[in-house]
Amino acid sequence: MSTEVVPGLVAVLAVTVATVAIGTWGLRFSRTTSDFFVASRTVRPGLNASAIGGEYLSAASFLGIAGLLLVGGADMLWYPVGWTAGYLVLLVLVAAPLRRSGAYTLPDFAEARLGSGWVRAACSLLVVGVGWLYLVPQFKGAGITLESAIGAPEWVGPLIVGVVVLVSVMAGGMRSITFVQAFQYWLKLTALLVPAMVLLVVWWGDGRPAGSGLGGDGWSVPVAGDGVIGLYSTYSLIVALFLGTMGLPHVVVRFYTNPDGRGARRTTLVVLALLGLFYVWPPVYAALGRVYGADLVREGHADVLVLELPRLVVDGIGGELLTGLVTAGAFAAFLSTASGLAIAVSGVLTQDVTSRLVGERGAPDPGGSVATAFRLAAVAAVVVPLVVALVVAEVGVAESVGLAFAVAASTFCPLLVLGIWWRGLTDAGALAGLAAGGLGAGGAAVLNLAGVDATGWTGALLTQPAAWSVPLAFTVMVLVSLATASRAPANARRLLVRLHTPETLGAGRS
Amino acid sequence: MTERVRVTGPPRHPTAGRPGSRLGDVHEQTDVGDVFLRSLLREQLGLALAVLGLLAGALVPLPLVFHLWPRLADLEVGGVPVAWWGLGGLAYPFLLLLGWQYVRRVERNERDFSDLVHGSGEETRP
Repeated sequence: MSTEVVPGLVAVLAVTVATVAIGTWGLRFSRTTSDFFVASRTVRPGLNASAIGGEYLSAASFLGIAGLLLVGGADMLWYPVGWTAGYLVLLVLVAAPLRRSGAYTLPDFAEARLGSGWVRAACSLLVVGVGWLYLVPQFKGAGITLESAIGAPEWVGPLIVGVVVLVSVMAGGMRSITFVQAFQYWLKLTALLVPAMVLLVVWWGDGRPAGSGLGGDGWSVPVAGDGVIGLYSTYSLIVALFLGTMGLPHVVVRFYTNPDGRGARRTTLVVLALLGLFYVWPPVYAALGRVYGADLVREGHADVLVLELPRLVVDGIGGELLTGLVTAGAFAAFLSTASGLAIAVSGVLTQDVTSRLVGERGAPDPGGSVATAFRLAAVAAVVVPLVVALVVAEVGVAESVGLAFAVAASTFCPLLVLGIWWRGLTDAGALAGLAAGGLGAGGAAVLNLAGVDATGWTGALLTQPAAWSVPLAFTVMVLVSLATASRAPANARRLLVRLHTPETLGAGRS
Repeated sequence: MTERVRVTGPPRHPTAGRPGSRLGDVHEQTDVGDVFLRSLLREQLGLALAVLGLLAGALVPLPLVFHLWPRLADLEVGGVPVAWWGLGGLAYPFLLLLGWQYVRRVERNERDFSDLVHGSGEETRP
């Protein structure tokens, strides 16, 4: 083993130990079922926003974006902008009403709003699907990182992340994970910001050399190449990212931990600030990569730009320390996003699958049986995508995250927006819309993962389905609801009152 | 399936049931309550759409503009192309500003609504 791997190894160990320690510490506070799922709804905006930031900034944000920017240029800037703008859309359309609905998960919301077991089942299926689709690239990214940082075989990273996530989730549930996530946001920001500052100083000292012509003319054009198809792809990506955030299971579950609707809004506002603070740095890495990282692009290793750049720019122990820091940040990114997704998927699996299994055995202690069911669900939530990540050879980290956004935007976005703002939504309409959007965008995602490699318009429509699948889902949901207007739930008005009136009025308390 | 909904919040205001309060109307699906809710919904939806309109108006034309006038990409400020300034930096404070203004206004709407249903301009908030 060469000395080059020492900082990376120390960093990974330190993050792992800190995560497990904070998770175990949080265990002391997790006593009830409500603690497990939503931290008993006592998380304040500052802490909750850090936790949301920690959970949201995934492998794609920490590693993927800088590499994509270096190779693809300005059109890739839509990824971080879209990931942030998604929170603004969520803030104005769903944040407070979603919190006031008082449901634990997306399927809970659907059932409370529409009173249909079928819609609930469809939502559960979609939460698990989107969650798994999002977990696979996290595990993949962990493999790439450990390969680059300590030269480990590619299966080691996914396995370590899987085990750490499973332990911390099973130990403490939502409450302990809140502390872990909040810690990991600040760790990720530090790990990206400090090396970037040092690199900028070095670059300034070198006489501010200009970048090489990497990426060609397109580097400063914020729209994908190849004419009208490129324009379509860019817009489709914008639709998926702007509207998909509100439908991501691990994001939505966080809103139930706010004390009230007003708290939910304020939390979202802080999240907007925290994300902006983070996302101005990947472009700096990409710009410096144009100056110092030409070799990485030539060798096809642009995806590890953030990990390799400090070593390329700063010699000796300084470079090694910075490498350790960015490795720690990257590892935190996989852990936190994967934990959040595992919590969300396990929550849904617990309610709809495993609590029934455990319940049938007739455990004497109801509280204990819920915890058992949750732990059982956590195993399923982590192991399935882990196996997929180990088996499927080629998964682009940012691309498959983009597909998860497209599926969320085509299913949960119309369900939430229409469910919150339109009385006329019916169970049949919701089900038809979820099916249209889910089969459309989900089908495209599956074809992509299966390695179908179409070109031209077919390829663009498959890799970026949102621009057609989102309007399709909305249209189907509205039209079928109108056609089945007599099925609209009788309590829809009463529910809308509760979603839109401030808690200070005590509306809906019963 | 057991009902899992639970809304937490400050205790029900003691003035809720007294004469002059219209809270009961909002709860009990009377015509007056219906009018109140419709007006609140319309106001909140209008505000949300206004914010989304500003968001879309500022960001959505960009790809089209650069597609139609590719020479814009050569425009630089301080050695950095304009697209990078806009999408890499300025977009974030802009999003935060929109969000902040939205929260300010939406909370004001809710206060006005509370005052309205609690009675004729009387100060009843705790």
